[in-house]
Amino acid sequence: MQDFSQSFLSALWLILSGDGDLWAIVILSLQVSLGAVVIAAAIGMPLGAWLAVSRPPGRRAIITVLNALMGLPPVVVGLALYLLLSRAGPLGPLELLYTPTAMIAAQAVLVTPIIAALSRSALEGLWDEYAEQLTSLGQSRLGAIPTLIRDGRAALITAALAGFGRAIAEVGAVLIVGGNINHATRVMTTTIALETSKGNLDLALALGSVLILIALLVNVAVSIVGRDGASPSGPSASGTGPQMAGAR
Amino acid sequence: MNAAVRHEALTPGGEAFRARLRVRGLRKSAGGVLRISIDELGLAPGGVTMVLGANGAGKSLLLRLLHGLVLPDEGTIAAPPGVQSMVFQRPVLLRRSVFANLDFALKIAGIGRAERHRSVRELLSRHGFGDRAGQPARSLSGGEQQRLAMIRALSVSPAILFLDEPSASLDPAATSSIEALIRSAARQGTKVVMVTHDPGQARRLGDEVLLLHRGRIAEQGPAAEFFAGPVSGAGRAYLDGSLYLDP
Ligand SMILES: Nc1ncnc2c1ncn2[C@@H]1O[C@H](COP(=O)(O)OP(=O)(O)OP(=O)(O)O)[C@@H](O)[C@H]1O
Ligand SMILES: [Mg+2]
Repeated sequence: MQDFSQSFLSALWLILSGDGDLWAIVILSLQVSLGAVVIAAAIGMPLGAWLAVSRPPGRRAIITVLNALMGLPPVVVGLALYLLLSRAGPLGPLELLYTPTAMIAAQAVLVTPIIAALSRSALEGLWDEYAEQLTSLGQSRLGAIPTLIRDGRAALITAALAGFGRAIAEVGAVLIVGGNINHATRVMTTTIALETSKGNLDLALALGSVLILIALLVNVAVSIVGRDGASPSGPSASGTGPQMAGAR
Repeated sequence: MNAAVRHEALTPGGEAFRARLRVRGLRKSAGGVLRISIDELGLAPGGVTMVLGANGAGKSLLLRLLHGLVLPDEGTIAAPPGVQSMVFQRPVLLRRSVFANLDFALKIAGIGRAERHRSVRELLSRHGFGDRAGQPARSLSGGEQQRLAMIRALSVSPAILFLDEPSASLDPAATSSIEALIRSAARQGTKVVMVTHDPGQARRLGDEVLLLHRGRIAEQGPAAEFFAGPVSGAGRAYLDGSLYLDP
């Protein structure tokens, strides 16, 4: 008990004193996860919008697969990327293994299906509402995609936040492709795992607190966006907020 | 159910040479039932054509077919050249400001930014929305939304304007402001094809009447003649309030 409160106090001190190591880890985490979300949004949102407005063959199957991929286990993504990036793998010559770039790629793979699936369901509701009017005004199906993305932006921001929540909280993928190298590829989750196992609870607790704070902020942001974007008849992505617990 | 198609004597506003909207052999099924079946139809080239008929007669579906939103199973629709617009039974305003709703329509119509902004501002102030340009369109009252949808449809100076019960659920003042918009559009040469359940409105605005019964044309002719004495059984039943879909 004595040890515990001692650890809490030192954790607090680490945070408040602006400890260099701690903040370097936090900043790398944010960079990696934000980078991943930007890439995932660039792919997932147009993909979701396209699935919302068009009727390609196999559309149902694509949607089912996307929904299933939302629950992709991070360690499996990490493993797959490891095989691609390792020296003997097809992308080995790029020498990306154990770099932040590899970590961004892994989280992007993890988050793209989440953003695509959430965007699809939100924009499909909006398309149901808009389709006839937009067609009547002379807009084509594909031409409608930017319109839907613009008018459905609240739901899309929610989808991106959900993706970010998943990315920042996962351990498995970044651990495998990043390698948890000190001062190079250590992020909050991997450091917490390592330091806890070493018995260094101060740093683990400090990082854990920061992670919870970020999770809290993301959820606050989701609810603010949801409220602003809520419209009387419109679809909303409520109930799809980020779930950081269980994002293993 | 014989279609009693009368002579076409309508040339309001000297629009005699304007091409007609013509339909041949039009069939459309939905839900396994034949909902529209029209062998031959030509609408008067100008003025206001009123589409009348009981609930479920196929009026909205006919408008969607004519406007090209729904593809027919069979048949051809030949429309005069020019832009068409439509105001739906439940108007759809974009989740944007009042200003942006009009701006959007003009943008799709290919009008440049500066000219667009000028005409949107002009339209809004002319129709009394000037002080609400920045307000979300969905926050307007139902009647105001209906009027804005109408102004948006008219903003592109359509050759044909389809209106599906544009003043349903509006109060008398709002109704008469919608009717004024319709009159002025028709005067400026827009062909109006309009569904209404209000015989008074059909009398006030209509140059021509098209009575639809179970997806078929029961009667077509000049409005004045229709209201003076319909020639079809369905027409008489419609006017005395006993026309229902079920036999
Ligand atoms: N896509 C569709 N699928 C199945 N049934 C349809 C479809 N579209 C229209 N119908 C049916 O066609 C019939 C005509 O519908 P429509 O909306 O044209 O009627 P309406 O004359 O406009 O009636 P109201 O006066 O109530 O607006 C209705 O029975 C409707 O259920
Ligand atoms: Mg209708």
